[in-house]
Amino acid sequence: MSFNNLDSLYRQVIMDHYKNPRNRGKIEGDVLTVDMNNPTCGDRIQLQLKVEDGIVSDAKFDGEGCSISMSSASMMTQAIKGKKVEDALAMSKDFSNMMLGEEVEFEDDIAALHGVSKFPARIKCATLAWKAMEKGVHEQEENE
Amino acid sequence: MDVKSIRQQFPILNQEINGHPLVYLDSSATAQKPLSVIEAVDAYYREDNANVHRGVHTLGSRATDKYEGAREKVRRFIHAKSSAEVIFTRGTTTAINTVAYGYARQILKEGDEIVITPMEHHSNIIPWQQAAKATGATLKYIPLEEDGTLSLDAVRETITKQTKLVAVAHVSNVLGTINPVKEIATIAHENGAVILLDGAQGAPHMKVDVQELDCDFYAFSGHKMGAPTGIGVLYGKRALLEQMEPVEFGGEMIDFVNLYDSTWKELPWKFEGGTPIIAGAIGLGAAIDFLNEIGMDAITAHEEKLAHYAMDKLSTIDGISIYGPKERAALVTFNLDDVHPHDVATVLDAEGIAVRAGHHCAQPLMKWLDVTATARASFYLYNTEEDVDKLVEGLLKTKEYFGDVF
Repeated sequence: MSFNNLDSLYRQVIMDHYKNPRNRGKIEGDVLTVDMNNPTCGDRIQLQLKVEDGIVSDAKFDGEGCSISMSSASMMTQAIKGKKVEDALAMSKDFSNMMLGEEVEFEDDIAALHGVSKFPARIKCATLAWKAMEKGVHEQEENE
Repeated sequence: MDVKSIRQQFPILNQEINGHPLVYLDSSATAQKPLSVIEAVDAYYREDNANVHRGVHTLGSRATDKYEGAREKVRRFIHAKSSAEVIFTRGTTTAINTVAYGYARQILKEGDEIVITPMEHHSNIIPWQQAAKATGATLKYIPLEEDGTLSLDAVRETITKQTKLVAVAHVSNVLGTINPVKEIATIAHENGAVILLDGAQGAPHMKVDVQELDCDFYAFSGHKMGAPTGIGVLYGKRALLEQMEPVEFGGEMIDFVNLYDSTWKELPWKFEGGTPIIAGAIGLGAAIDFLNEIGMDAITAHEEKLAHYAMDKLSTIDGISIYGPKERAALVTFNLDDVHPHDVATVLDAEGIAVRAGHHCAQPLMKWLDVTATARASFYLYNTEEDVDKLVEGLLKTKEYFGDVF
């Protein structure tokens, strides 16, 4: 593998999200908060979701991790904001399928992460934020 | 030591990864296996496979001879008084847990202390956390010096007359610190405590003499010294092992079984319930033969030279942070600028270089270092200065690659 292959992993848009994360921080007030970590490597994320009338009205994250996990969190929060909860979950399913190497259409920056599927050791980095989102939504549903 | 001919005995090293010759720098996680070990396991299954200690038939006695022969090789390797003091386990973790369950939990009571250090691997922390919780004993840590070493003053201050058990790594798997374990054992004994040494990063790399160290327990894993995974050793002083109850009950470890009561076999078999790890033990015996042929002193000298060379070369890289003392075992844990260790490891892998990235099963130590993760290059007898050069080149490329980002 040459650095050309690395370029398929570390796309410019990924590096941009890593360096300039969107939606990094905390949401004021009483919102859904999920902590998740990847125990094999130490990456951790805290995801906060504000859900109103079945719509994700705000999403923010905080945490520490590699370029893939943090950029994925940045992109995920960007993508699900304003979406219906069920659409966010469907997107998460699409994302998992993309990690398995399937062709999936993503309109936004997320498409840049498709290269991760060729680096099996890094797939868990990319899916961390999505798993946190799923967990949060399911916890909310159970409480309702 | 002729590293070139040693390398030829490790078939796995002769391959390309991502278009580059493999540079394997993750031996602290697990070491590669010499052909003689692979062949010994293969030959056992092809020619001698049978259960041990029960068959009257020829294969049964051949398997038993090989299995017990491996125990004798381990005894000589660590210079135990008797092979009754050598218990085969699944690895270091099982060995430590055997002491935690079979010894610590039996003797500890409220007010007693267990003393460990912040540089321990999780496998030498969690068994003691659990034993402390179960018995009401207190878990205490010997504070580290700024460079990641242990001072004997700090050891003396932490171990008290209430301390019943001290558990310390022989060598740190992150910092590379080689601990003054003989001196720590003396201090433990002066206070009436027993001492367990986690030898996972010790036994593969240096001569270990359990009688000279005067440790009460010494635990290590076969797979970090060229043997298969799934085999390890618990050494214990006979008097302590005699006093201990078995941890696993079942076949192989019993003497007489009545309807409501049973008695145990003598040492070491009372700790080896169930069909043992026969092929693994034979593989460990072959690994010990292999290491002895080269000589443990020669291996230690080679690794010391490599450690110095690696420290000199790596410290010239702008933006690198190296953790641990200057004098160390042959491993270097580091971070490079703000590039996350996963990203470092991925770029190095693209160059055929295998390093470990993450918390190295030492989360308390990561907290002490104030980092969430690190990268680690670890060396063994088959590594060369050229491997270090390739690592340095790879790290410079990593910097270049991520240079635009940071």
